Amino acid sequence: MRPEFFINRLYLHIPDGMLNVATSIICWVLAAILIGIAIYKVRGELGERQIPLMGVMAAFIFAAQMINFTVIGGTSGHLIGGALAAIALGPWAGMLVMSAVVIIQGLVFQDGGLLVMGANLLNMALISTIVGFGIYKVFGTRSWKVRMVGVFAASWLSVMAAAFSTSIQLWLSGTAGLGIVVPAMMGIHALIGIGEALITTAAVAFVLRARPDLIDPNAGKSRGGRGWIAAASVIVLVVLLLTPFASANPDGLERVAIDLGFIDKAQSAPYSVIPDYELPVLGATSWSTFLAGLIGVLIVVGVVAGISLIRKSQGREG
Amino acid sequence: MHASAFDRYRAIDSSLHRLDPRVKVLVTVLFILSNALLPDGAWGGFGLAFAVLIIANLYSGLGWLFTLKQSYVALPFALAAVTVLFSLPGPALWTVELGSWQVVITQPGALRFLSILVRSWLSVQAAILLVAVTRFPDLLHALRHLKMPGILVSIIAFMYRYLFLLTDEVLRLRRAREARSAVLPGTKGGGSVLWRAKIAGSMAGQLFLRSIERSDRIYSAMLARGYAGQLLTLNPHVMKRADWLVLAASISLLIIVQAAARFSL
Repeated sequence: MRPEFFINRLYLHIPDGMLNVATSIICWVLAAILIGIAIYKVRGELGERQIPLMGVMAAFIFAAQMINFTVIGGTSGHLIGGALAAIALGPWAGMLVMSAVVIIQGLVFQDGGLLVMGANLLNMALISTIVGFGIYKVFGTRSWKVRMVGVFAASWLSVMAAAFSTSIQLWLSGTAGLGIVVPAMMGIHALIGIGEALITTAAVAFVLRARPDLIDPNAGKSRGGRGWIAAASVIVLVVLLLTPFASANPDGLERVAIDLGFIDKAQSAPYSVIPDYELPVLGATSWSTFLAGLIGVLIVVGVVAGISLIRKSQGREG
Repeated sequence: MHASAFDRYRAIDSSLHRLDPRVKVLVTVLFILSNALLPDGAWGGFGLAFAVLIIANLYSGLGWLFTLKQSYVALPFALAAVTVLFSLPGPALWTVELGSWQVVITQPGALRFLSILVRSWLSVQAAILLVAVTRFPDLLHALRHLKMPGILVSIIAFMYRYLFLLTDEVLRLRRAREARSAVLPGTKGGGSVLWRAKIAGSMAGQLFLRSIERSDRIYSAMLARGYAGQLLTLNPHVMKRADWLVLAASISLLIIVQAAARFSL
């Protein structure tokens, strides 16, 4: 059983030691904020009945990752499950379910570290769920074919987004060069993502035929959908625009990052984020990184909020 | 059947097993943080951290090399750090000729790569030890005391409980697929890749339906037993004097590791 755990999980479950302290802490803060919002939302919308349901669903995702199919020779396709969880349970519950999966994998099976768990949560439980649900909503549920194309695109892009943020975290920590890690990770996951997309699409199609009432009954309503579409679109745009740029011209992106104060000497001294005797979080470099990250997040949140406000007012007029 | 693959707890009695789970979780995370804070090439610091780990192993009653023997799980991901060997600028350490390609391993690259490997390897051993000496319900109780949101702890508790059942369900589904996938020698079986993917997807869908039905039954059974939204435990988990002492001793040891690593550089 052990080898199976590796194949697909290898590249996205970051172990301890691969990320520096500043990156780990920023990821933990972002993950904690998102999970906090998800808990708040789920508590408001669902009753105590949902807790056993979400627990069993988390066990389902974990178990479903063991379902494989042979591609060629010894390689096989597996499921990660972010998009499936989001489509089947809705985005907030999907985030909590995927978080439980990532926490158990790290805590009990050492698939992913503890200090870097914030990053693993962000990539596999949060970003992949947001992208999976948002892109699924873009295509909507009008016709069967469009819906299935939506599920396929949502699950492929959710894997790509998770792979991209993993590469960026490795790069920010000085563990890998940008010009190598981005094309390598995106290339591998373009293939892994197809396996994910095929399984997810077939699984959703199966459940829709057998028990159509079970696939997120609230997903058909327009409430909240636009925000998810906007958030997912922003993430996908960033991934699609920056991947070729980072692959073809890593120095350019690094130059921009340094000019923005986003990364200070990432390639030359990432572990001296604790320069000699300074405390880690108080060092000038980590503060600038942290502030830049925070500003970036605020900009993204602002753009998303702006888009959803505009779309909301258009919706009222129309 | 395969419960041993999921339950990493080693049921023996030792001073580490008896320690308050909160202390164990905190010290594990602090140990990993300490490794992350050690600078590249701080071999003295890494050596001392390894010594701390061996002491913990001795107190666990599992043998002083217990975690070392289990620690291969972290190695595959080391591939992700391989590129750092070539991408850091610096004097060449070793040049490999690959046809027309010339790959140069630089000195700072090798230093960073080895440091990342050692950090990763030390940290994963601490995590292995934590789950080997702490029962899972105690671990969850500790997380709750350490302010993890209750709803998330409950989800994790349920998930862990049903992990065994659902993986058994997967094994049954897979056995059923294998039983129906006979192939004559010398022929190609199983249809196209697309077809195989569709079968795997249908299995995942089937598993989803069975899981939902099971969660309905679980909920009814739990209501019948008086569930009111909270999992209760009989274990009081009071910090004793020994727990505080171990916590203080571990923190001082880690501070010594950090100090030694910086003075020896």
